[in-house]
Formats: sequence, structure tokens, C-alpha cells
Amino acid sequence: MNAHTLEGGFQDPSIDAAKAFRAIMDAMAHPGRVYTVIGAEPPLPVSKAAGVCLLTLCDHETPIYLAASHDKPATREWIAFHTGAPIAPLEESQFALGTWSSLLPLKPYSIGTPQYPDQSATLIVELPALQTHGATLRGPGIETSVQFNVPDINELQCNHRHYPMGLDFIFTAGSDVAAIPRSTEVQ
Amino acid sequence: MNNEAYNFAYLDEQTKRMIRRALLKAVAIPGYQVPFASREMPMPYGWGTGGVQVSAAILTPDDRLKVIDQGADDTTNAVSIRSFFKRTAGVQTTTATSEATVIQTRHRIPEVPLTEKQTLVYQVPIPEPLRFLEPRESETRKMHSLEEYGLMHVKLYEDIARHGHIATSYAYPVSVEERYIMDPSPIPKFDNPKLSQNAALQLFGAGREQRIYALPPYTKVVSLDFDDHPFEASKANHVCALCGAEHSYLDEVIVDDEGNRMFVCSDTDYCESRRAQGLTGKSAA
Amino acid sequence: MYVSVKGGEQAIENAHAWLDEARRGDTNIAEINVAQIREQLSLSVNRVMAEGSLYDPDLAALAIKQSRGDLIEAIFLIRAYRTTLPRFGYSNAIDTSAMACERRVSATFKDIPGGQILGPTFDYTHRLIDFKLAAEGNAKKASKRDNSVDKMPRVSDFLNREGLMEAVIDNGDTPADLTREPLELPANRSLRLQSLARADEGFLLSLAYSTQRGYARNHAFVGELRIGLVDVVMDIPELGFDIDIGEIQVTECETVNQFTGSKTQPPQFTRGYGLVLGQTERKAISMALVDRAMRWEELGEDDEGAPAQDAEFVLYHSDNIQATGFLEHIKLPHYVDFQAELELIRQLREDAETNLSNTEDAHEQ
Repeated sequence: MNAHTLEGGFQDPSIDAAKAFRAIMDAMAHPGRVYTVIGAEPPLPVSKAAGVCLLTLCDHETPIYLAASHDKPATREWIAFHTGAPIAPLEESQFALGTWSSLLPLKPYSIGTPQYPDQSATLIVELPALQTHGATLRGPGIETSVQFNVPDINELQCNHRHYPMGLDFIFTAGSDVAAIPRSTEVQ
Repeated sequence: MNNEAYNFAYLDEQTKRMIRRALLKAVAIPGYQVPFASREMPMPYGWGTGGVQVSAAILTPDDRLKVIDQGADDTTNAVSIRSFFKRTAGVQTTTATSEATVIQTRHRIPEVPLTEKQTLVYQVPIPEPLRFLEPRESETRKMHSLEEYGLMHVKLYEDIARHGHIATSYAYPVSVEERYIMDPSPIPKFDNPKLSQNAALQLFGAGREQRIYALPPYTKVVSLDFDDHPFEASKANHVCALCGAEHSYLDEVIVDDEGNRMFVCSDTDYCESRRAQGLTGKSAA
Repeated sequence: MYVSVKGGEQAIENAHAWLDEARRGDTNIAEINVAQIREQLSLSVNRVMAEGSLYDPDLAALAIKQSRGDLIEAIFLIRAYRTTLPRFGYSNAIDTSAMACERRVSATFKDIPGGQILGPTFDYTHRLIDFKLAAEGNAKKASKRDNSVDKMPRVSDFLNREGLMEAVIDNGDTPADLTREPLELPANRSLRLQSLARADEGFLLSLAYSTQRGYARNHAFVGELRIGLVDVVMDIPELGFDIDIGEIQVTECETVNQFTGSKTQPPQFTRGYGLVLGQTERKAISMALVDRAMRWEELGEDDEGAPAQDAEFVLYHSDNIQATGFLEHIKLPHYVDFQAELELIRQLREDAETNLSNTEDAHEQ
């Protein structure tokens, strides 16, 4: 274990996590809207925003899958030390972290069951930047429509077709976070 | 002022994370009831433990919290929950709807339209809208998964056949985004139209029944009805005796031994704000 | 002029002060202390520990004092406190065959290796009020056997050796924990047992009694009932060995029930199991009977529609903290809902009267 592993966690865990969660929840409730989060300094290539998501949502009860882009010893150690979450194969993961291409294909992730659609994976997708132009999003949380630079329209449309089952996406870049839940229609 | 003996907002961090994960899934699947491992709280089940756990999981020190029961800020249960969070989370509290960032409620939606900056947290006793038609959770869960809601329509239709009306006046079932049938908690059906396309995020917590569900902002919510018996958001056919409001939900108050009564706003903040603006009803001094 | 009721905060404070006063009672009478409750009302303490799911006699005694002897209220205090405690890990399964027994009886054999020990039981007392206790109740030291030496084999093991008893197979699964995960159905046996262990004693007693009276009768004999101390051992990975973190008193009941069998399998006795914190004999026996009743499906029995067979019914209604909270919440204000009902019923009655008078008019014409 190197010294960096011990660093980069929340300074004031209950307050930092509370503020971060509000931003993440607001992001999930307003698909495509970009929020800023602070408080984590994870080792590269994990963005600050993705680090905040992990610290806020993960613990020993949530298996995490690290896609090849993010499966580095420093990442594993940082996650283990700060969250206690086990690293798991993607089929068993509740959260997955990586770049879009590295997380593909989406098919093997759990999309829940008809009776328990909530038992599905949440993918934390690292993007170069979050931009409010690109694909058009509609659905719950959106008054009329919004624009967001989704990495792949087809994949998100395919995910939406499983509704109410499906994956939920949290997009991160730097300190920015945005989300697209399964309920969002993407065009 | 935070009470040092307990963690911020009472719950331990692991419990909050568990609730937060459930909340995200609830937001992602509007109207679907997410099971969560509800904890024993220092207040009885049935007295708002679900709402309290949801509030505890979302509150930050920057929030301004309002708590209402039956629309009123000063009912004992509202007072008790407000002081709980004042003590354990050190949050500011308010009775003014427009100033609140988080509003925990039992049985009402405030009269003033909410904004995107606000979150409404409902206390829910029985989250399952089909429960009184089918007591088994294993069965109702199947019905939701198959979108098999015939039983509910039959019940509503039987009401009409028997009474000429749908005989449900509160906890009136709704359909969310044309997928899940949802119990809006025991709000009067007068409040049902406010559920739909609301700018605020609406979260529902049922502690004893271990369920969380949500309506993201601008979610389409339709009260169940029939073409020939359309839903009607009814209230007492009176105006508020104190502030003269014509379109607010009214409580009926018995004022003397002869059984004389008057009607006043159930939303106490709404009524007080109107009176502060100089609006009066016929009984105001 | 009407003024809406204010001052909820003050009213609550006043009520709490009154409650404190009522709890203390007449101040001319000496105040009861926690140690007295722990030592002299130990069966109340045991029930509070069992249903509160927390082994701490002093804390349970304090909760009983605070709740004015209302045991469900005391259980509630313990539960609410328990959820705030950090969880460091899970102990190994306790070994009840290594129990230092204070009491051990079998109804199925006249004598058993290790012997029957009556222990501190009400069983053969004549239920005559002892008026001497009103004056003083200092008891002589009772003569008892040193129970710490013998390892007492389980009665079911003797039957097992002959193959007369169904074998219990440890599938190695980690039992679920309903204090950490929501109850999902169908619930497996370990989850059902956890739920029963903290269930309301009265509810389980009535359900168990109903099975005896024919609502899913399962012909139970108490194979063995034992009460005593067991060690709690925890595996500490950092140390690389197990450490003994203390001992707890538990009551264990294994029932021997009517057999099942099939064309391919010769008949065997079946089991019901009860394990409860503290000396809680009635509860442990009730638990074993209800456990056995809920096993109907796995043992190939018929669903008789009996309440005790219905796991969903039993598990959703056995927790007295959930039950009392929801039951008592109907005394909270519901005037908004009630107002909505008033409006509705007035409208329905108006409609009905109009219809009635229309019908009468029609008749007159």
C-alpha cells in the first residue's frame, strides 16, 4: 500500500457525503443536468467526481466492477481503503466504473428482474467532458427536453427499452457529474 | 446545534448510504417501490419513520427544513419531528413553505406551488396501493411486475355501481408515467393534481413497510378514473373563514356545543401568509 | 372568534414532565434501581433482551425502569438504541452442545446422558400467592449440581444415530440478516428463525397453541429444552485466531415432530427449533412449534391454510414494535383524511336522497 492510498477521502465524512449525495440525487432527478461535486482526491485515472460517487454510495455491501481503463492497483487500494467495497466481476457488480468503451458491452450487467427492477447495476462512466448539447433527452425529471452529450445514443435507447428494468448511468468528468436513468428517452 | 452523542442527522453513515442507494433507484423508476432495510428509529413505526429516514439521508447543513402534519406546522407530530432534526442535524427550520428547501409532510401537499429547489418528503403508512385488495406482498409484487391492475379498476368500478361515485377520498391511487400504480400516501384527493408535473422532487418513505419510492420533477401522474366518471379534486364547498381563500383545502372545525362549524385552511402557513397580506374571511377579527 | 390551536411544543414538554412524574410514582416510596430490576425481575429483563435483540441485562433493566414496566416500550427503547451501535463483525455460530446447563429437560426419554436438570422453574410450584413475599423474600441458597463439567449431548443426536430423525444439513450459506436487509419472500428457514427469535412472545404463543389445537397440527414433543450459558467466539482475521468475547444465556428448544416419509424414504421424525436469548422458555417452545409449522412445504405436507403455516402472514405480523407503532398511530391527527371522508359521505347521502325522492315521485305519477 502506498501513501496516496490513505489520502483523498472525505475530510468530514458525514457532511461531505450529505452534500455530495444531494448533488448526485439532483442529477438523477434532472437527467442531463450537470452538477459539481467536491471532496475526493482519488488516484488517476479516477476523476474527482467519480471518486465522490464511490465514497458517497459504496461500502462493503456494494460489489464494484472496475473496467480495464480503471482497473489499476492504486484504484483498487484506494477503493478498498476508503469504502471497503469488494471488487467483483461485472455480472455481480452493483456499481461499475470505467470509460464508456471500456465498460462495453452493456448486456452482461444486471438490469434487475421484473419483480425487482431496482436490483440493477449503476454505471459510473468517465467522459472527457460533460456538455449540454448533443442528444435530446425526454422523460421524468425533464420539463420538456434537454440536450446532453451521451456517448452512444443507440446503447441508451436499447437500455430504455427494458424499462422498468435497465441500467442507470452516472457520467463524470473532472468535478462534474450528470446522470441518465433508465427512464430517460434518448434521441 | 448538533447533538454530539449522535451522528449527523442521527443515522450512521452506512445506513444513510443504504437509503441513498435506494433513493437513486427510486428516482430512476418513478412510482416503483424499492425495498430498503428500514431501521428502528427513536419514534414509533407509523409515526413517520420512513419520512424521517429519507429526510435524514438527504439533509445537508445548508438545508432549511419545514415539517407539516395535516397541513399544519404546529401539530404535535410535526413539532416533534422538526425538533428531532434541529437537534440531530443542526439544520435551520422554517414554517414558511417558500423558504424551505426540504419539506417533510404527513397527509398534505402545500397549497403554494413548489419549485425545483425544493424536495417534498412524504410519510407513508401503507405504500402498496393494491394492499387492501390483496393482502399478500408476494401477489401484489407479481401484479406490479405484470402491470396487472385489473383488480384496482374493478374495485373503482364497483364503487360506482354501488354509490354512483368512486368512494375513495384520500390515498387516491394514481398511475405514474403510464407504468406503475402508486399510493400517493393518505393525502386528500384534492391534492392529487399537485403530484403531476411538480417542479419539486417528491420522495416517499414507508419505514415499517420498508419501502421507498419517488416522483422526479415533471413526472406525469394521473389519478385513476373512467371516461364517464372523471376524477374530481373535491373539497368542502366553502371559503376559509379566516383568510377568505376559495381554492385551498379546508378543515371543518366544530366551534360550539350546538355543533356549529366553520371552515379554515388546513395549510396553516398558506392561511397565515394570506392574512399577513391583509386578506380576511368572515370570521377573522 | 376562532383561533387555531398553538403551542404544540409546550404541550409536548408538559406531557413529558408528567410522564416523568408518573414513572417515579409516590416519592415517599423508595426508588427502584436498575440492579434490583436486573436481579429480581430477571425474566422481564430476559424478554426485553430477546425481543430487543440485544444481550445487555443492565441496559434492559434500565429500559424497563424508564418504560414504567411496559415491556414492549422497553423493547422499543432497546431496538432504537441497538440500531445506532456500530457493527464490528459477526461471531461464530454458538455451540449449544457445549452449554453450561442450568436447566435441561426432555419429554421423550425418562433419562438421558447428562441427566435431567429441573433448574429454576415454575413448573412444579403450586400457583398459590406467597403472602410472605409481601414482607420479605430473602431466599436460602439452593443446592445445585455443578453443571460446568459435563458436556451434554443433544437428545436429537441419539435419535439421529438410529436414522430416526431427519438430518440437518449445513449448506454453508451465510444466514441473511433482516436487521440489515429488507425482508423478501419467500424467506428461507434461517431468516424465518431470526424473525421468530425476536418476535412477540404472545403472538408466537397463540400461533403455537393454534397448531396444537389442529390448525396445522404437527404432534410436537419437547425432545429437549435447555437453558444455560454459552461462549460467544469471534474470529479476528487480523489476529489469525478466535477469541472468546463473553458468554450469554440462551434457551434452546428442539421438538421432535411427526414423521414424514415416502416410497423411497423410510419415515423419520422431523424437527422444530427455537433459540432465544435469556431464560425464555415459553417463547423458545412456541418458536419451535411455529418453525415446524412453517416447514410444511419443504417436508411435503399439505397447505391447510392454517395461520401458523403462512410464513408471509407470520413474518409480517410477529414484530411487536412494528405492530404497536402502526396500531397506535391511528390516534395521531387524521382530520384531513377524515374531512375528505365527510365530504364524500355527505355527497353520497345527498345523491341517495335525490334518487329516493325521484323514485317516489315516479311512483306517485
